[in-house]
Amino acid sequence: MQQQSIHTHHFPNGLMLIVEEMKDVQSAAFTCLVPAGSIFEPEGQNGNGSFLCDWITRGAGDRDSRELSAALDNLGLQHNEHIGSQHVSFGGATIATRLPDSIRIYSDVIRRPHLPEDEFDAVRDGIEQSLKSLEDEPQRKATIELRRRSFTHPWSRPVDGTLEDLPNITVDTVRNHYTSLFRPNDCIIGIAGNVDVMEMIDVVGEAFGDWQAKTPAKVTPGGTGPKRDFIQHESSQTHIGVAYDSVSYPDPDYYTAWAAVSVLSGGMSARLFTEIREKRGLCYSVYASQAAMKHEGRVLCYAGSSNDRAQETLDVLLQELKKLGDGIQEEELARCKARAKSSLIMQQESTGSRAGSIARDWFLLGRVTTLQEVRDRVDELTVPMLLDYVHRKPAQDFTVLTIGPKALEVNES
Amino acid sequence: MKFHQTTLSNGLNVIAEINPAVHSVACGFFVRTGARDEAGEVNGVSHFLEHMAFKGTDKFSADDVNRVFDEVGAKYNASTSEEVTMFYGAILPEYLPQTFELLASILFPSLRQEDFDMEKKVILEEISMYQDQPMHVAYEHAMLTHFAGHPLGVSILGSLDSVGALTSTQMRQYHADHYRTGNITCVVAGNTSWEEVLRLANQFCSNWPSGQHERPTFEAKPVGGKKVVTKLNSLQQNIIQMAAAPTSQDELRYAAEILSVIVGDDSSSRLYWDMVDPGYVESADLGYHDFDGSGAYLTFLSCEPDSTNENLERLRKIYDQVNAEGVTATELEQAKNKVASRVVLRSERPMGRLSSLGGNWLYRQEYRSVADDMAKLQSLTVRDIREALDRYPLCSVTTSTVGPLEEIAV
Repeated sequence: MQQQSIHTHHFPNGLMLIVEEMKDVQSAAFTCLVPAGSIFEPEGQNGNGSFLCDWITRGAGDRDSRELSAALDNLGLQHNEHIGSQHVSFGGATIATRLPDSIRIYSDVIRRPHLPEDEFDAVRDGIEQSLKSLEDEPQRKATIELRRRSFTHPWSRPVDGTLEDLPNITVDTVRNHYTSLFRPNDCIIGIAGNVDVMEMIDVVGEAFGDWQAKTPAKVTPGGTGPKRDFIQHESSQTHIGVAYDSVSYPDPDYYTAWAAVSVLSGGMSARLFTEIREKRGLCYSVYASQAAMKHEGRVLCYAGSSNDRAQETLDVLLQELKKLGDGIQEEELARCKARAKSSLIMQQESTGSRAGSIARDWFLLGRVTTLQEVRDRVDELTVPMLLDYVHRKPAQDFTVLTIGPKALEVNES
Repeated sequence: MKFHQTTLSNGLNVIAEINPAVHSVACGFFVRTGARDEAGEVNGVSHFLEHMAFKGTDKFSADDVNRVFDEVGAKYNASTSEEVTMFYGAILPEYLPQTFELLASILFPSLRQEDFDMEKKVILEEISMYQDQPMHVAYEHAMLTHFAGHPLGVSILGSLDSVGALTSTQMRQYHADHYRTGNITCVVAGNTSWEEVLRLANQFCSNWPSGQHERPTFEAKPVGGKKVVTKLNSLQQNIIQMAAAPTSQDELRYAAEILSVIVGDDSSSRLYWDMVDPGYVESADLGYHDFDGSGAYLTFLSCEPDSTNENLERLRKIYDQVNAEGVTATELEQAKNKVASRVVLRSERPMGRLSSLGGNWLYRQEYRSVADDMAKLQSLTVRDIREALDRYPLCSVTTSTVGPLEEIAV
């Protein structure tokens, strides 16, 4: 694996900068994680962060909404702003020489947004419609509703907000979300691409160095949602979500847990695809994924089957999950390792994915794992390690959420 | 990056763009066949056949196919459109030989009856899955209505009935007719050598049957129409409007493409500022779709059911104004900057180059480097866009909608 050149710089106001120099590419990308995610929303105001992500680009610094948009387009910046449970994240990629100007503009967006009151209703109308669209798409809704029931509150919150809290979101609640949470301490900027690290330290320092630190917000963890739930919908398929407990990202077992899920669902030769789709033809889409946060983790599974076959799909899915502890073949693990190796190496072709990875790593681990280190950790896994893990943390105590015309039975035994 | 091309003695076109600066290599087979090439009673067979490829050959069983791809850590898949079926994978350079062999092999699958029966269930599930996605339902109806009477007026997936009735004999015949070297282009992009590509192509493709399946490519002259699919419990109204646009062989396609960015990109376009930004709609996009011998503008709208008519009116005004006045030099410049960086970013990954290389060869037998694309982009003028608008104005010939409304005014 090619040696990576990764540098970190901690600014006095608490802002963390991580830069990965990639000399084989023409582009560069940044990711900025601001600790203002949906977990910090007060009860009854789920949606403040989502409103803010739309509102915040409607004018900033000395540019109005259109001027801002034109400036970013002229830099060729492909950008996005979105809300997660932990952070509001800003990201962009363009030709490397244009990155400094892009970062300067984003410092306006992050530090000097206009948040114009006369555009607030437009923000609301757009968000209300996108939440309504979600109601019309049961497959997408299943994932969100499963997270909502399986993760600990408030990490379980739908990051885009909910129709029920929508009436409580006002100009003041969203401005308050911004003023109380946006701050340089615990803010992380990742930059990757054909850039010079010293220049990036200067650019980011000029743009964010004089930003004043604030006291971090506190979050009180609550419980989880119901283990069994059903949402009635007149759909062609029944959409099935199943979740069970796994480990957090910093957990020493993380890579083992990742490989266990990979045996179930990494690639088309993995078990769920083979057993449920290839051998039984029950689904087009079936998968499991490892959803690891800083403090907890879950395995999230999805399967969609036409209504008369959905019960069989759920039964087989649960059986396959539970069967993992019965045995794992060497070849299954070898395939996980091969897939990990190739995706790690291919990451080096994408400045956007590297910028995101180094920023997230810093948040989750307080350091950056090199691609070589990840590869070593994956390579040292053995079948006994996986089985030991699965026996210690078996697939059980499932959260099951289905959306469709009729409820299904959960046969756990 | 260096381009190479050859034609094997059986007529198979092989092209490659070699780039030692990247970490991976992508390879793919582009088959010039899709839903438009299906005679009525076999609707859905191209897509079904794409699935059947992964059920393997006499040498590779269905399990082998998925297993070998995963053993080399390939990022692989296949897709079917109205006119192209493609099979592709991206891998680390050392695994190109196994991946190439496997991809080449599955283009000529055994089509075993038991696999056919099982996979049919999967396809029927896929059709059901898409029925739960309103914009997809609207897209299928828009295409069927807009291109009624033309080969492009077909569903890619087919219907529960048409796929349900398909037989493996029909599929074998379709495969024998369409999977011939004159219809297939082998494309490789990334970190490998031309010698290696030639060696692999000769080893694994030289026994493929030659010949070509001709498709009628007369330009569609849509008369238009309307299709309303009522789903009383839906909360949003999804609408697609279509109009004629330059064909994939027309030089005006570049102007049409940038026009769609200026008018209907998902950010800072006319539709964005006049409809999305004020919150009138959830989304409004204009896309330019080029087909073999035909072309179409597709407008996608999602809005509150009650505001459908006023939004369609807004859309009409925006398009009327563009048709009458064209676009400004400032808008064009901004769009060029936006698109130029998209081209560069996409080209940094071999998978990104693969589709562009394959598309250019399949449709026009031409190679276009990243520099060629950039030069063409920079050369576009407001007069080019004016010309495109004069020949293909933005309008709504066809409308399809899915949502609670029982009727809409168009």
